[in-house]
Amino acid sequence: MNCIFLAIISLLALYPFVYVLSASISSSDAVVTGKVILWPRDINFDSYAKVLLEKGIWVAYLNTFYYTIFGVIANLFLTICGAYVLSKKRIMGRTAISFFIALTMWFQPGMIPTYLNFRDLNMLDSRFTIIIGFAITTFYVFLMRSFFENIPDELEEAAKVDGANDLMILWRVYLPLSKAALATIGLFYAVHRWNGYFWTMIILSDESKVPLQVLLKKLIVEMNVNDEMGNMAVYSKETIIYATIIVSIIPIVAAYPFIQRYFVKGAMIGSVKG
Amino acid sequence: MLPNLKQIKANLIKDRYLYLLLIPFLAWYIIFAYKPMYGLQIAFKDFSVYKGIAASPWVGLENFETFFRSPYFLRLLKNTLLLSLYQLLFAFPVPIILALLLNEIKNGIFKKTVQTFTYLPHFISVVVVAGIVTNFLAPSNGIINILIEMMGGEKKYFLTDPDWFRTIFIGSMDIWKEAGFGTIIYIAALSGVNPALYEAAVIDGANRWKQTWHITLPAIIPTIAIMLVMKVGSMLEVGYEAIILLYQPATYETADVINTYVYRAGLQEGRYDLATAVGLFNAVVGFLLVIFANKMSKKLTQTGLW
Repeated sequence: MNCIFLAIISLLALYPFVYVLSASISSSDAVVTGKVILWPRDINFDSYAKVLLEKGIWVAYLNTFYYTIFGVIANLFLTICGAYVLSKKRIMGRTAISFFIALTMWFQPGMIPTYLNFRDLNMLDSRFTIIIGFAITTFYVFLMRSFFENIPDELEEAAKVDGANDLMILWRVYLPLSKAALATIGLFYAVHRWNGYFWTMIILSDESKVPLQVLLKKLIVEMNVNDEMGNMAVYSKETIIYATIIVSIIPIVAAYPFIQRYFVKGAMIGSVKG
Repeated sequence: MLPNLKQIKANLIKDRYLYLLLIPFLAWYIIFAYKPMYGLQIAFKDFSVYKGIAASPWVGLENFETFFRSPYFLRLLKNTLLLSLYQLLFAFPVPIILALLLNEIKNGIFKKTVQTFTYLPHFISVVVVAGIVTNFLAPSNGIINILIEMMGGEKKYFLTDPDWFRTIFIGSMDIWKEAGFGTIIYIAALSGVNPALYEAAVIDGANRWKQTWHITLPAIIPTIAIMLVMKVGSMLEVGYEAIILLYQPATYETADVINTYVYRAGLQEGRYDLATAVGLFNAVVGFLLVIFANKMSKKLTQTGLW
């Protein structure tokens, strides 16, 4: 009983993926007339050929990789800097700094002041802004800090006796011991980078800079609504939209089996710490 | 006691590398988290892009008055709170129920499979989810309407119907996308229950329901409380980034919330001062909600965020 119910839930969770995949490799005729419910009909890959010939998709893809890779490097660098220092009890002003950054979790200046700040700093329409402007998620700083705090102080003292300075200790002792935590937090940041659309949409105006999600908004969300209300001229557009969706989620779905456990771990640490 | 300057200097020198690491970190917070707070003052100003933040004239509470008197105010407040309330009623319990069901499963492979399938949508971006929703619900040949017609119903353009917006939004963004992943923390709490408790209960003649009621549920009450605090604390954050993707003028009546209005008034129409005031109102009420929720939780369950 219980098992049947959960099996149905799982299939419901999965169904949209199956349908999108099936529709993307069916003929547009079969999709539009409702012949595709679960399995593909008249299998062909024309839609993929069209999507992959679109130069814009490739540019957006490369941009997404760029923002994800360099973004996560910036994320981890700044998060480690703050979390490591704040994990040391001897740091002066530790409590004050912790409060100073914690406050930003509960009170945010909001969309417009944030936008105007980027404008005043002359940071609109710049790749650099995407990477640096959103480089810290305060919650992860606290997560990383409590992880560093759990590493015994004796290791630091022993390294000091051997003549290592704080930077060397962080690099050679603490970071190697924190690989799992860094992977977890790095992946959280990475999914955020990969999937984020709102601020990249606001900040970037040059089409050659926009990442995949912003392009997708145009292709799969807006195009459909506009066309439904206006003309229905582009006949094969459903299959193209579904092929675009598949192309855009492939990297995440392919990586998913390998990264799932890190997220489970991360979500659990997060819950323990509140 | 006054801090000893010599001592401070000695500490700074001794831990110079640590303080060095702190510089880029704090600089980031000052430039990107606190400097925008300086811009909050335009909520009380008649902001002109050409004059800049500092030189624009003060107007007191005029922007707030404009907002409170506008016909939008009540609608936005109502939509925000209702959407949040429905999320609480319909989306919040789903991961708890799923976790309880999963907890009963003894077959490891089946459990893993269910988890893998239900966690997956969490990793799909809101843009793609919105794209799937829009296309599935397309009036002429979206799969949902095709299925409705096959079952003898009438096709409907769901996304232009204000009555359907909350159902569609919560169903897709909060339940389909997040419910599975949301089970993780409850499963973690459940795995901490001592198996001996169940064995003892069985000896005392407790059936499955009684075991769930007296052992399993109490074990996850603190987790539920924390999640509830976070939910109440973020009642005004209803996921505007996703709403923007799914709403349209025809559904503003139920779909337009405070933050989507801030987005439209500020970033699309350029009424920065008004939008900042609305955003500030939202942030202050939200901040008070967090404090209130935390107090309530501490009182009721002795657990809080701080």
